[in-house]
Amino acid sequence: MSSRFGSFVRSVIPPLIFGTIFIALWELAVKGLDLKPYFLAAPSTIWQMFVENFGLIWGATKVSGANALIGLLTGTLFGVLMSLVLSRFRILNDIVTPLAIALNAVPIFVLVAVLNNMFSITSEIPRRIMVMLVVYFIVLINVARGLTQVSATHVELMKSYAASDLAILRKVRVPNAVPFLFTALKVAAPASVITAFVSEYFGGSQNGLGSRITSNIAISKNSVAWAYVLGACLLGLAFYIVSSVLEGAATPGRSTRRTRVSR
Amino acid sequence: MSAVELTGVSKIFNKGAGNQVDALLDIDLSISTGEFVSLIGPSGCGKSTLLRLIANLIEPTDGSLIVNGKSPKQARLDQDYGMAFQQSGLFEWRSVAKNIELPLELKGWSAAKRRERALEMLELVKLTDFADHYPWQLSGGMQQRVAIARALAVHPALLLMDEPFGALDEMTREHMQSELLSICRKAGTTVVFVTHSIPEAVYLSNRVVVMSPRPGRITEVIDVEIKGDRSDSTRDDKAFFSGISAVRAALRGVELDSTARGIEDR
Repeated sequence: MSSRFGSFVRSVIPPLIFGTIFIALWELAVKGLDLKPYFLAAPSTIWQMFVENFGLIWGATKVSGANALIGLLTGTLFGVLMSLVLSRFRILNDIVTPLAIALNAVPIFVLVAVLNNMFSITSEIPRRIMVMLVVYFIVLINVARGLTQVSATHVELMKSYAASDLAILRKVRVPNAVPFLFTALKVAAPASVITAFVSEYFGGSQNGLGSRITSNIAISKNSVAWAYVLGACLLGLAFYIVSSVLEGAATPGRSTRRTRVSR
Repeated sequence: MSAVELTGVSKIFNKGAGNQVDALLDIDLSISTGEFVSLIGPSGCGKSTLLRLIANLIEPTDGSLIVNGKSPKQARLDQDYGMAFQQSGLFEWRSVAKNIELPLELKGWSAAKRRERALEMLELVKLTDFADHYPWQLSGGMQQRVAIARALAVHPALLLMDEPFGALDEMTREHMQSELLSICRKAGTTVVFVTHSIPEAVYLSNRVVVMSPRPGRITEVIDVEIKGDRSDSTRDDKAFFSGISAVRAALRGVELDSTARGIEDR
């Protein structure tokens, strides 16, 4: 236990020291060089704004966070379902996978402008659909790979046990795909938050973190905008931490053994 | 009664295509119940293909097979045989005991019965303390023992092994050979064993089947004349050495016939 605590300290202390020094230098630079607030706000001012506007920031965080979470959950669900279908029908897999990889490489979140047109301007649906699409492709590619890239020996063994295709799916393909799913989630979780923010830049209600950042900059309340940026960082971090913890809990001892990211 | 009966068996991959491979040609082989038979030959002689035909993992192009008195397919569906490969093929998300339980799970056994059998098999391969460990926590030799325990879990009449000790060091390998013999002796299991190693084939087998490539066929079947049960002292036995010489001579004929390599002469 003590050695685990020791390694925790060793892994946490250096970035903590670095972060502290970085913020101190930032503070010193702003104060020392007398940088104007419209150019760069001091960390102390940002923190003060964060505390003063906490209620508003929390409200905006809930809106963006809900969009990201709903998109993440539905995107993961559809991604997993589709990868199961693809693993069953190889031909479909050969058609869809290159397409999914290609789509994944382009910034498809700009589609939100089109989606905004399709739904009411005050609706959160376009943003959620956008997050869902981004997550969907990340999950689809990774989980489909996990379902199909099973060891040949495993498949031969299962055949020698007279196992049905369904049994091979349940006992070999799905367990094999679990680490792939969590690797995908670790990528998809931060991506869902980013997509939720960026989606807000394409119009619609001014209620989320992304739109609040732009609107505060527009009225020259730069330090308040920074406070919203801080809120956005914390939200992204929260998503990442939850997905990491889930991965550790679901695949004990394996998380460090097979990590292959693809997006 | 014979455990495995092959008559005029041929296997041609990609028949008629440009990359046609005559993996096996006109194989006749009869293996009696309780017998230990090794298949040896250079790479590409079709010994693994022969094993997979018996296991019904692939279908023959020609000829007839009888496994355990039935069609290979029926034998597979009835789980009449257990199988082990060069890679232990353990499922890394399952504990050691759960790996051994897998074939029983597919047979629909209850959890309690499965666990009981798994522990019984672990006792057989002397790994009782590792039931709840995961495969990656075990050494290569231990993993292979688990794989053998899993292959034997259904108490099969027939054990099919494809270079199961190929990836192990020499010490572990000799130890595992003795273990395997004592396990099979107890259970009266028939074994078909693919190997690259002449001493391994001679030490383990009642008969050594020497094969040659392109097309894969049986060139010679050598009876090993070692008296009584094998033990470590068998490795100093005169009959052991004469067996090795006989297999080596048969293989040399194969090597002269073709330019194939891939036999371990140790």
